[in-house]
Order: sequence, then C-alpha cells, then structure tokens
Amino acid sequence: MIKVENLHKAYGKLEVLKGINYEVHEKEVVCVIGPSGSGKSTFLRCINLLEEITDGAIYINGVMVNDPKTNINEIRTEVGMVFQQFNLFPHMTVIENITMAPMLIRKMDKKDGENLALELLDKVGLKEKAYNYPEQLSGGQQQRVAIARALAMKPKVMLFDEPTSALDPEMVKEVLDVMKQLAVEGMTMVVVTHEMGFAREVADRVVFMDGGYIVEQGNPEELFSRPQNERTKAFLGKVL
Amino acid sequence: MNFLDMRWDIVWDYREFFINGLWVTIILTICGYLGGIVLGLLLGLGKTSKKRWVYWPCKIYVDLFRGTPMLVQILIIHLAFIPAVFGQSFGFLVSGITALILNSAAYNAEIIRAGIESIDKGQMEAARSLGLTERQAMRKIILPQAFRRMIPPLGNEFIALLKDSSLVTVIAANDILYAAKVVAGAYQRFWEPYLVAAIMYLILTYAVAKLIAYVERRFSIHYNPRKKREERIAS
Repeated sequence: MIKVENLHKAYGKLEVLKGINYEVHEKEVVCVIGPSGSGKSTFLRCINLLEEITDGAIYINGVMVNDPKTNINEIRTEVGMVFQQFNLFPHMTVIENITMAPMLIRKMDKKDGENLALELLDKVGLKEKAYNYPEQLSGGQQQRVAIARALAMKPKVMLFDEPTSALDPEMVKEVLDVMKQLAVEGMTMVVVTHEMGFAREVADRVVFMDGGYIVEQGNPEELFSRPQNERTKAFLGKVL
Repeated sequence: MNFLDMRWDIVWDYREFFINGLWVTIILTICGYLGGIVLGLLLGLGKTSKKRWVYWPCKIYVDLFRGTPMLVQILIIHLAFIPAVFGQSFGFLVSGITALILNSAAYNAEIIRAGIESIDKGQMEAARSLGLTERQAMRKIILPQAFRRMIPPLGNEFIALLKDSSLVTVIAANDILYAAKVVAGAYQRFWEPYLVAAIMYLILTYAVAKLIAYVERRFSIHYNPRKKREERIAS
C-alpha cells in the first residue's frame, strides 16, 4: 500500500532522514516511535509530500508520489492526515470543517455532505457539537473532529502525527479510543506516537527510529519485550 | 489677524466648488482604495510566493512606491507617464485615481502579506492534506482568516488615502482642497476656506472611522456562533 524506498530528507545541510526503506501493507496499523528529533514526524510528512523529498521514492498504491507528473492533490485525497495541533479551520463550524473538502473536491452536494459529516461525527461521539466552532471545543474534541474531517474524504490510509501530544492527559483516551475503533474497522494507519500503551495494544508493527534511520522494527510484543538494538533498549528503558 | 472677523459668506458663495470638490475627493478615494485593494492583494500574494520571478517584481514595486513621495508619483504619472504611453492626457481624474491606486496598492500589499503570513502554517498544511490545491486553500482557508486580521490596518490605510487624495490638487484636480485654494486666491483670505476644507476632511475621516469600526465588529476575530445560529434559524 505504501512503499518507501531509500528516502532521504535534508534541510540544507542538516540531514534528517538518511535512507528509509519500509513498506506498509493494507489494513495494517504501524506505530512509529523514537526520541524527538529522530525524524519520525518528517518521515510521516514525506508520505503525503507535505515535506519535499530530497532523494528516494515513495509509492502509494503503486503510484510514485514524488514523481513530478503525479497529481499530488489527487493522492492527498486518499491519504488522510491528523496533526498534533489539530489544525481545524477556526472560521468554520465543526460541520463546515468536515464538509468543506468533500463539497469542494468531490463535488458532493450540501445535503449529502452534511449527512456524511453527521454520520462521522456520530462515530467520533460529537454529533451534538456539529454547529459549534472549534474554539468552543476541548482539545480532545477538536482532535476527534479533525479525525472526522480527514475521514470525510474516504481515505485509504490515515497518517497520525503525534495526535495526542498536545492534549491534556485526561483527553488522551477519548482520541485513542476513536483511533482504536478505526484500526478495528480495518483502516490502514501510520501513527507517530509517544503512547507506548497504544502502540503495544493496537499496532501490527512498531518501528523504532533514531538519528534519521529505522533502527529496529517488528511486532509490538517482540520490540517492546525483547528489543535487540542497544538504542532501542535505551529508549524503551526511559519511556516504559 | 482678527478671529472674530470671519467672513464665512465668501465660502458660502463658492459652495458649489466645495460640494463638487467633496464628490471629487470621495470618488478619488473610493476608486483609489478599491483599486488599491485589488492590486495590493495581487502584490501581497506575490510577496508570499516562493517563486523568485513572482516575488522580486512585487517586492521592487512595493519598495519603489513606498520609498518615493506620493506627490512626486502624481506628477510623474500625470505629466510624464500617461502622456508618454497614451500620447495624451485623460485629465486629472484618471491620473489622480491611477496614482492613488498604484500608491495605496504598495501599502496594502504589505498589510495583506503580513496578514497572510500571520496565519499558522498548520492551516495551509491541513487544507493541502485534504487535497485542496494551493489556490483553493488560499481562497477557502487562509484569506478568510487573514482578512479579519487585515481589517484594522486596511481601515487606517483608507483614512490615510482619503487625506492623501488632497495631493492631487497639484495636477489641478478640483477636489475639496482645490475649492479652498480658489477661494483663498480670490479673496486673499485664508482662515475661512482652509478651515472649511479641514472640517470637510475631518467629517469624512470620522465617517470612515465609524464605518471601519462597524466592519471590525461585524468580522471580529472571535467567531460568534450565537449570531450564526440566529441567522440559520431565520433562514
């Protein structure tokens, strides 16, 4: 589904990703963990080309994302993204946040759009907030709306960039619960996270990144219980 | 100098000059302002561009027009530029409006650029990640938010332009100031005509300030859900 080949990313002389090779299969949930500055968010942002790629290739469903001939906007409609800072549109109500892209890009009419939005809001447990503005919601609620907004485009993959890092502790669970539900429904997901409990419970595979490389990867049981690499051991020793 | 010996009747005799001047000032300002917003928007967007061939011409334009006196710009446009390009003059109104548009566009461009850049870049990323093109994201997400922040400085620009429009008297445009000059020249009295001109500008700027305050309230940065809900129920 997602294939990453020899991915390099540099900001000027600072090399953040130093050759990443990885493949995410359909319906798989992959959690990416690692210390800050390890390049895990950059890796995620390269997948839908929010960061320009310095070298290497990324394929989504066989289409080379960083081919100049590829229509990146079309690819992005199939790749939902959830950000650490939610990034809801503050000048739109919750329901407008969700219907905007389907109506603009998929040419969905207003009624269908709103039905879809209400359905998704129901799914994330926020149907009653449809006509509120983002600033009236708590962080956890905003992030759930952001998930609904991404789902409205019916993406084939969802990317989560530290979705709970900006949340107060008591709101983390409500967001993780929505993500778990998505995973159960068979959504392909790549999640950059510091929530080791979530990774352990939900992930099919866990990737440990450090210093711009994938240092170690495997199923959660293996990686968390029997890490092979010294750096993985050191990191897990600090966070577990 | 005798303050009590004011002869307001001489102004009254020339009232048609002043009324005509009032209209000319209003037309110059409104046309100059609206044109300046449109051109300023293009220049402001240009200045946020990463493409050098878009960025640099816009930057040079803005620097040029902000770095030279408007009075000089008006004279160049009226006496040199328009005759050279079109082979004739189209009168003070065309020259005046052109000068005001070109000048205010430079200032508006900076306001618009700053407004756009003040919007968190996560907004653009979120919009792009949903599949919007850069242009769609700009129109639907960035500009509506940036616009709210631009209202106060753009309002100041409106008032500044209204006052600066008096500079077009140098090309014999018959605006408010011109009427005052005519009266002053005819009677060799200066208090009355220039005071009247000043008061007329004051009333205009006051009215504009009121208008801006209204627009600011209407598009407050804080989104007012109650109002929206009422509108929805009404519709």
